[in-house]
Amino acid sequence: MCGIAGLIHRGNTSNVGFELQGMLQALKHRGEDSTGYALYGKTDGENFIMRFKVGENVAEGSSSVKEDVSVYDERKKIVDSYLSELGAKVIKEDRILPYSLRYEIQYDKDLMEFSQKIESVEGVEILSMGKSLEVIKDLGNAEVVCNRYNLDKVVGTHAIGHARMATESGVDIKSAHPFWGYPFSDVSVVHNGQLTNYWNNRRVLENKGMRFMSECDSELIAVYLAEKMRNGATLEEGMKESLVGLDGVFTYFVATKDSLGMAKDTMAAKPLVLFESDDLVAMGSEEIAIRSILPQEIETYDPFDGEVKVWQI
Amino acid sequence: MANLKTSEKKSKAQSMGLHTEVLTGKTQQKFFNPDEAENFYYFGTYDVDFNKRTEIDVKNMDCREANKKIDELMKDGYGTIVIKNPQGKHSLGVGILNKLNLIFEGSLGYFGCGSMDGPIVRINGRVGWSCAENMMAGKVVIEKNAGSCFGAAIRGGDLICKGSVGARTGIDQKGGTIIIGGDAGAFTGFMMQRGRIIILGDVGINLGDSMYDGTIFVGGKIGSFGSDAVEAELTDSDQDWLKRKLKVAEIGENFDVSKMTKVVAGKKLWNYDALEPTEKKGAI
Repeated sequence: MCGIAGLIHRGNTSNVGFELQGMLQALKHRGEDSTGYALYGKTDGENFIMRFKVGENVAEGSSSVKEDVSVYDERKKIVDSYLSELGAKVIKEDRILPYSLRYEIQYDKDLMEFSQKIESVEGVEILSMGKSLEVIKDLGNAEVVCNRYNLDKVVGTHAIGHARMATESGVDIKSAHPFWGYPFSDVSVVHNGQLTNYWNNRRVLENKGMRFMSECDSELIAVYLAEKMRNGATLEEGMKESLVGLDGVFTYFVATKDSLGMAKDTMAAKPLVLFESDDLVAMGSEEIAIRSILPQEIETYDPFDGEVKVWQI
Repeated sequence: MANLKTSEKKSKAQSMGLHTEVLTGKTQQKFFNPDEAENFYYFGTYDVDFNKRTEIDVKNMDCREANKKIDELMKDGYGTIVIKNPQGKHSLGVGILNKLNLIFEGSLGYFGCGSMDGPIVRINGRVGWSCAENMMAGKVVIEKNAGSCFGAAIRGGDLICKGSVGARTGIDQKGGTIIIGGDAGAFTGFMMQRGRIIILGDVGINLGDSMYDGTIFVGGKIGSFGSDAVEAELTDSDQDWLKRKLKVAEIGENFDVSKMTKVVAGKKLWNYDALEPTEKKGAI
């Protein structure tokens, strides 16, 4: 059991970091192993923001092996040299935690080549790459992660997040959601459910040159959609195809720079409650997530089986 | 006490070879003797007065505190209780085994009004998954929409949603009536065993999948029939019952019931044998 939440302000910006924190914290009983945020912030849209990790959180409950901080430092040095080789210019650099970094980068070439080079460094994973998107994920519940990364003041248009109870892979950052839709800028995915044809799909996609960083079945959705979009499908078309191509039970959200979408499997086996108005769409695994930002009486509903919806900012 | 050993009237099930075991033993004697009913103490039941009304605000309570408060109020004789600010909290109004007028001014989360036996509940909002699960008797009216597994495994009573409901409505239903004013999702009536479901709107795929018994009436379009669900003739008595039920349910009173589709179990998947347990043992 995991919990997912998402919101999009249409024609406006808001304190999406704080709002999503409230929504995910309301769902913490669905899983506190890790929490992740994909925040679409208000940026100048010029530079890429790269969120990446050079190691794992090895706190109590983590399934990762402890490493010395000097190992992280060494990996960071290699990443810096690779960035230089790729012709990427680092405009701003923040080391938020010993293992978690945020770079603002000037770069105008192929993102796949870029990502492959950076992630060739052992233990390094790009959590997100985008001109608006920032994926922040770590162990602990929503409040813990929000405080650790100072997310409550992030202003933006939309956001999706995930409260995870680890069932099919480790308690670590690499298995935590959201997943970046590598190699597409600003695409992220969160998922609640289980995919039963994960390995079949993974083998096919890996043969097509797509990359998997974890053994978490949910990562497949991001890679699956990214591959569809790489072949020219729109986000909505890719999501509709996923209802047939992905087997299992799922409700997932996907976000791009200017849109937010949801898809529900054909058996409607995973919950989702949705609130929709002219200027705000908010959705979550349970109504209490929506109530954390809209305490007044509101009209909500459960989308039906096999439903796909996409909203623009 | 009903003498099960000497009962001569056979039900259809018995004539098919089912339930032929004579029910005996301490448990049967203890629980099926109506003469001794007055000696039983029913936990959580109180004498309440419907005219004695009160309100509670559960905004800052968790579900345990709120349910405990409802219990205390019933204990004090309150027969009409209004709950303010439920705000989508889970498991509110569960396990009420009493006559009671319970009104929620807002929406409930998961498992609202589950395992109850007797109260009349009105929810002026929506409900999440598994509303009124295992209800034995009473009436629940939801003014807006409902989530999936609406009325799962109910044994009796009337469960009414004026809006639309999610998937698997009436899953494992064993009695009672579920009435939906809007549309219903996939697998409605999945594995239902008894009771009736009425849907005035459209219904999703796999309607009545693997249903053992019971009846489903649909006013709108049907996505697809589930395994072993078949259409049956809508009789005059069905229509009379539907009209009466819709009127009582304050929903679709003027609905043209003559155009509804009646769905029942095809019974092709029934796979019972006629062997007694002792015979079966021998056969194995």
